[in-house]
Amino acid sequence: MSSAEASHVVRGRAWVFGDDISTDLLDPGQYAIAPLQERVRHTLEAVDPRFASQVRPGDVLVAGRNFGCGSSRETAAEALRSLGVGCVVAESLARIFLRNAVAIGLPVLVCPGARETVREGDPVEVDLGSARVTNLRTGRAVRGSPLPPLMREILAAGGMLPLLRRLAAEAAEGRGWVDDLGS
Amino acid sequence: MTMAEKILARAAGREEVAPGEFVVASVDLAMVHDIFATRVFSLLRSAGFRRVWDRTRVVAVIDHLVPAPTAAAAAVHQQMRRDVAEFALTRFYDAGTGICHQLLPERGYVHPGMLLVGTDSHTTTHGALGAAATGIGTTEMAYVLATGRLWFRVPETIRVVLTGAPASGVGWKDAILHLAGRIGSDGAQYRALEFAGPALAGMGVGGRMTVANMAVELGAKFGIFPADAVAVDYLAERGVEVLPFGPDPDALYQETLTVDLSDLEPQVALPHAVDRVRPVSAVAHLPVDQAFIGSCTNGRVEDLEEAARYLAGRHVHPNTRLIVAPASRAVEQEAMERGILPALLLAGALLLPPGCGPCFGGHQGLLAPGERCIGTHNRNFAGRMGSPQAEIYLASPATVAASALYGRITDPRTVERSVGHVLR
Repeated sequence: MSSAEASHVVRGRAWVFGDDISTDLLDPGQYAIAPLQERVRHTLEAVDPRFASQVRPGDVLVAGRNFGCGSSRETAAEALRSLGVGCVVAESLARIFLRNAVAIGLPVLVCPGARETVREGDPVEVDLGSARVTNLRTGRAVRGSPLPPLMREILAAGGMLPLLRRLAAEAAEGRGWVDDLGS
Repeated sequence: MTMAEKILARAAGREEVAPGEFVVASVDLAMVHDIFATRVFSLLRSAGFRRVWDRTRVVAVIDHLVPAPTAAAAAVHQQMRRDVAEFALTRFYDAGTGICHQLLPERGYVHPGMLLVGTDSHTTTHGALGAAATGIGTTEMAYVLATGRLWFRVPETIRVVLTGAPASGVGWKDAILHLAGRIGSDGAQYRALEFAGPALAGMGVGGRMTVANMAVELGAKFGIFPADAVAVDYLAERGVEVLPFGPDPDALYQETLTVDLSDLEPQVALPHAVDRVRPVSAVAHLPVDQAFIGSCTNGRVEDLEEAARYLAGRHVHPNTRLIVAPASRAVEQEAMERGILPALLLAGALLLPPGCGPCFGGHQGLLAPGERCIGTHNRNFAGRMGSPQAEIYLASPATVAASALYGRITDPRTVERSVGHVLR
């Protein structure tokens, strides 16, 4: 893990959501093959119609359990990233959403208790290295579980695509096969 | 080791693995479908790869938007066919052949002990044949197609023991809905479900696919059945010889749950969560605008046959639309030849081509605000099938057929089965 990543801090306003925020809410299937800029207009519209138009770069989603459940569509994570969401903090993350967020470089944090300490619109700070979420209005902080080292390494690299590009370049230089995921 | 542990250990070239470990494993089979395939190939190209790691281990299927409902969808399919040609993939199934999760087992591609990934969350279906199969996103699939490898966290395994036999009008869909209601939509998060128990002897591969399909709705990474004589015979019929495969006798499970099928009532998942499950009696009499029988969960011959047992010689309620989508062309043909599809069509069903139909909300039977649909599919999230203000109820083919008949949610056990003898 690089030191830059270890001190990775996100600051923004909180958007608070409930449990089971599904990929159909994040990126509805009826717009599945529409261009990204059209799809993101519908992100979370069924639960908060203001979200897509009012979310600002760096804002933090604070949600309940099983965030991102449902489809394997990476576009659910991509939609949040392209709207500028700085981090998703949830009591728990659905498995494929977690993988996809890491694979595209969208910071995520599992932090039970964060939702109880944050109200909609509160300024919050998320320190990904120490897994700490601080409500800057109240000063209250809670600590979650840091991502496993492998996921943090992929996030620090900017996702899986930069790893793949490096592999392709190494192959092209005839340096043979190097598995960046290590083991 | 559990089945998940055995498969991941073998695929990672290790003697043994334990839950919680991270491994990099070789993938045996990778599947992409029309919603994501072109993105995957575009990512591959942009990363600098012009070939996949093994073109015989990649299956590409056009199943979600069939036939193309818009010019944009047609263009996606056109590009996908170009991608398939450019990367010289040998296993490509064009629009109308069927849903990926039906085709892979049907064509004999899924073998016990395989590690299989697909760009679809319901890839867990293939656990029905003893594979560790799971859904991944497009960027990870690009990594797999380039390298044949991916990282996995070895999951803890929950053992689910199935006992007893379901009563008439009760099926495997009811069993998995019941389990979803019992442990919740994240009750198996990051973990594997491994099924076992005396009920397996009477459970065909189709029923196992229904259950494994919905493992992901409980958060599970894999939903695995042991490959017993039922699975070995299924593959033998497809010209594939395999050995039985199961867990080690001393495998360690995080938890063991028992589901007694003989006690089970028909189950219904209420909007907008798969784990809001009630016995059908709790919601019987709610009027339904649409009934849907199909999907990778319940679009097989036995599902259509079960529906026909309630609908043959009768007619769908005038206030209800019944939509039927066979899971594959092979399913469609067999259901046609055996009189099942004709019976459903004569009962007023609207027939869709083999494919995903309206299940994922792309087209073909979307819902208006305030409408109510009962379907055999796997998800009822708000906005899943059109308007977020529509309501989706999930149930078995028997419950959906009985509901279509009366225009309201109906306990199939209260309906006399119709002319089953008409069916061949």
